[in-house]
Amino acid sequence: MSELEPVIGLEIHVQLATRTKMFCGCALSFGDPPNTHTCPVCLGLPGALPVANARAVHFGVLIGLALGGEIAPSSTFHRKNYFYPDLPKGYQISQYDEPLSRGGSLGEVRIHRVHLEEDAAKLIHVGESGRIHGSAASVVDFNRGGTPLVEIVTEPDLHSPESAREWLGLLRTTLRQLGVSDVNMEEGSLRCDANVSLRPAGREELGTKTELKNMNSFRFVERGVHAEIARQAALLAAGEAVEQETLHFDPSGGTLTSLRSKEEAHDYRYFPEPDLVPLAVTPEMVEAARAELPELPAARAARYEAELGLPADLARQHAHRAELGDYFEAAVAAAPAGVAPRVVANWTGNELVARIGDDDPGAAKVTPQALAALVGLLDAGTVTGAGARTVLDRLVADGGDPQAIVAAEGLGALGDDEGLGEIVAAALAAHPDAAEKVRAGNLKALGPIVGQVMRETKGRADGGEVQRIVREQLAG
Amino acid sequence: MSDVLALSAAAAAEAVRAGALDAAELFATYRERAAAEDLGAFLWLADGPGEPPGPDAPLAGVPLAAKDLFCVRGVPSQAGSRILEGYRPPYTATVVERLQDAGAPLLGKTNQDEFAMGSSNENSGFGPVRNPWDRTRVPGGSSGGSAAAVAAGLAPWAIGTDTGGSIRQPAALCGIVGLKPTYGAVSRSGMIAFASSLDQAGPLTRDVTDAALLLGHMVGHDRRDATSVPFPEPIARPAEGDLRGVRLGVPEELSADGIEDGVRTAFDATLALARELGATVEPCRLPHAPHALSAYYLIAPAEASANLARFDGVRYGLRVEGDGDLVSMYTRTRAAGFGPEVKRRIMLGTYALSSGYYDAYYGRALRVRTKITEDFRAAFERFDFVVTPTSPTVAFPLGERTDDPLAMYLSDYCTVPMPLAGIPAISIPNGLADGLPTGFQIAGPAFSENKILQAAFALEGAIGFDGSAARA
Repeated sequence: MSELEPVIGLEIHVQLATRTKMFCGCALSFGDPPNTHTCPVCLGLPGALPVANARAVHFGVLIGLALGGEIAPSSTFHRKNYFYPDLPKGYQISQYDEPLSRGGSLGEVRIHRVHLEEDAAKLIHVGESGRIHGSAASVVDFNRGGTPLVEIVTEPDLHSPESAREWLGLLRTTLRQLGVSDVNMEEGSLRCDANVSLRPAGREELGTKTELKNMNSFRFVERGVHAEIARQAALLAAGEAVEQETLHFDPSGGTLTSLRSKEEAHDYRYFPEPDLVPLAVTPEMVEAARAELPELPAARAARYEAELGLPADLARQHAHRAELGDYFEAAVAAAPAGVAPRVVANWTGNELVARIGDDDPGAAKVTPQALAALVGLLDAGTVTGAGARTVLDRLVADGGDPQAIVAAEGLGALGDDEGLGEIVAAALAAHPDAAEKVRAGNLKALGPIVGQVMRETKGRADGGEVQRIVREQLAG
Repeated sequence: MSDVLALSAAAAAEAVRAGALDAAELFATYRERAAAEDLGAFLWLADGPGEPPGPDAPLAGVPLAAKDLFCVRGVPSQAGSRILEGYRPPYTATVVERLQDAGAPLLGKTNQDEFAMGSSNENSGFGPVRNPWDRTRVPGGSSGGSAAAVAAGLAPWAIGTDTGGSIRQPAALCGIVGLKPTYGAVSRSGMIAFASSLDQAGPLTRDVTDAALLLGHMVGHDRRDATSVPFPEPIARPAEGDLRGVRLGVPEELSADGIEDGVRTAFDATLALARELGATVEPCRLPHAPHALSAYYLIAPAEASANLARFDGVRYGLRVEGDGDLVSMYTRTRAAGFGPEVKRRIMLGTYALSSGYYDAYYGRALRVRTKITEDFRAAFERFDFVVTPTSPTVAFPLGERTDDPLAMYLSDYCTVPMPLAGIPAISIPNGLADGLPTGFQIAGPAFSENKILQAAFALEGAIGFDGSAARA
């Protein structure tokens, strides 16, 4: 069998950070006592009617534009019918064949559509299983019910779990830049379903897809898609067919369980919501939203490459993680003249990130100004690379001024006049064979000599300076 | 005042304002009659009128009966269904609120066909309503309680809702005036929905003047209903006048086959009166009107199948426990709570919207609806109004059509096209056939309510219908 290529498309639900719900005046809340933000509309009481939230529409337009989509001058709300206790009307108001925005792309991934809808309420299953099967009782918290949602559907343009995770990061940054959502997967303000299929590499036609539901972290998306690719590959390798079905990924055991097969798929009986008039977005509304768009990650990455001379991967890293980009730009602004932005980017993108991980750099104890000063010290030869890394460790742990740390800890680079000459001479004496080879032109033999110098100086010696002194002494 | 009952609502309001009639006494008179009634018209009665009306209140304390499906805070609002038995909403329908604010205290809630699905009021979960002209006959439906109450003098006036004829048809069968406004003219907020794209609230009154007075305080944009619109002009009290220059179109499709002789005779007599008043009367065509009933019985059930999904036993109303699982609770609750006609329509609507059938049924019905709208538009280029008999028959005996849904559906043959087109129409009593009232329907373009009321007022004067026998 030829090599299999995974094909992945994502459906992302984004809770909008509006003040009120999608179709009523109840405030949005997270963590408030249950059923304290409800009204006849979001409880689905008889006779209550929905009225669309203008702010949510504006946010939807912003998202559509940011993803390069075409905003429909008129779009329609539909009723999506199914029975469930978290759905008080027995239907969800969503959009169907006339979505708010069509097309566009983000990074390498094309966008199929963007539409507006309302969130379901929250079901809490009382009992050990935590799921509806086997629970003693289920209770409903309607606070979340009716929260405005934007659903973003991609084309199946992703081909690995890692790229899916990375792309979700880009989407999250974009949404955060827009200020339309808290985009917090743990709190459920960003939720992701993945459609996964396999096909022989190079073939155009798509294989049978399965849908992975509601994974609530980037890591789970990556792991879930991984597990599903492995499951499908094993089926195909055994000569079996992949069945179209909806699956639940359990991150604790890494297992996939079937929620419903194709035969059990709901018939949602979509039809136009007669309680709402078509959603008319005027050219003025679109232009107002367009004028409000901030610099988005793709444009930011291009600017970093073109104007600041960053290599593509560093540019993207800083642009796709907006807080890191902001931090980097503050450090560049504070760096001494002559320090290249790409050098600063090396320190923010590699050294800093290695130390703070996914934490917000803006909240780190090391300020962009301190990091810039440290890079300046390195650039001026005041500290060595190794010394600067030690200083950064201290800065990340405790904050403070790099110059002061260098002085207090004696981390300044050693010069010839600070006894480096004697240390080099001792190292040459300790390695006469290596010294002879270096004299004969074999620079690889420098290793043990430089190694001893570094040990003796605890890294405070600058490598280039050490080599210069070695050559000087051997020549002398 | 001894003959309070002889006063129309507008006359009663004037009497209260003139100090000749005490609003509390007026309320008490009707409260007493409503409490003693034997028609099954009321499902709930208020204890009293509450706050007395202000001296400038335009409706001057004249009590109002409201169809059960209007939500009133703290008052049973059940839409005639056992599934909502005893349900007391936490809020009040906009239209009831507006009428109360204008000085009409709520007298009671009236019986109706369950979820407004019916043409005889026999589909109520709380028993049928009897026609005050003949207690063995139906009052029409679905606003049968409201129509019977006004006709029998149990309420000075009432509000109902019309989806396919549910105001006009019972008004005709009970010998009173009923008006279905332009879609969007009256807020639907707080009206328990049957078919959202068709439902409109309107007045059921003793005469045209009362209808104008009540309607004037019902219309207007409501921020709680996205489909409501501002009414372009105030609703005027109709004034004396004739019909000179008024062009009446009589659609062949709605006035030829299936109209009872007595109804036809009354209809022709009214057309003759219209001519005498100066109107021109000519045949017109509504080529797609014969398909209106079919389209209606796809669109309305489709919307209803979704609108009634919320009655699931989870949050309010009836719950019948299942076998510890969700689906058996749902099915038992809905099996026990809904009556047969409601179930029939939920099934029809669910089917019409199903994957693979949508285009053939719901989609095609929407196209017919567009054609009907275009038919009316074309007719109104040549005519001011389209006029028809309101109901093809007079009030029929209780039980006659309960086993024959199609015969029952035909009761709305003449009234269904107007809501599909969203246009206003009034029914006025235009005579008796074998002692039972007949109705004359006048339909006009969207927002032509003032003109319709004016024409209806002129005809009403010429017809001189006397409904007092039903109040005896």
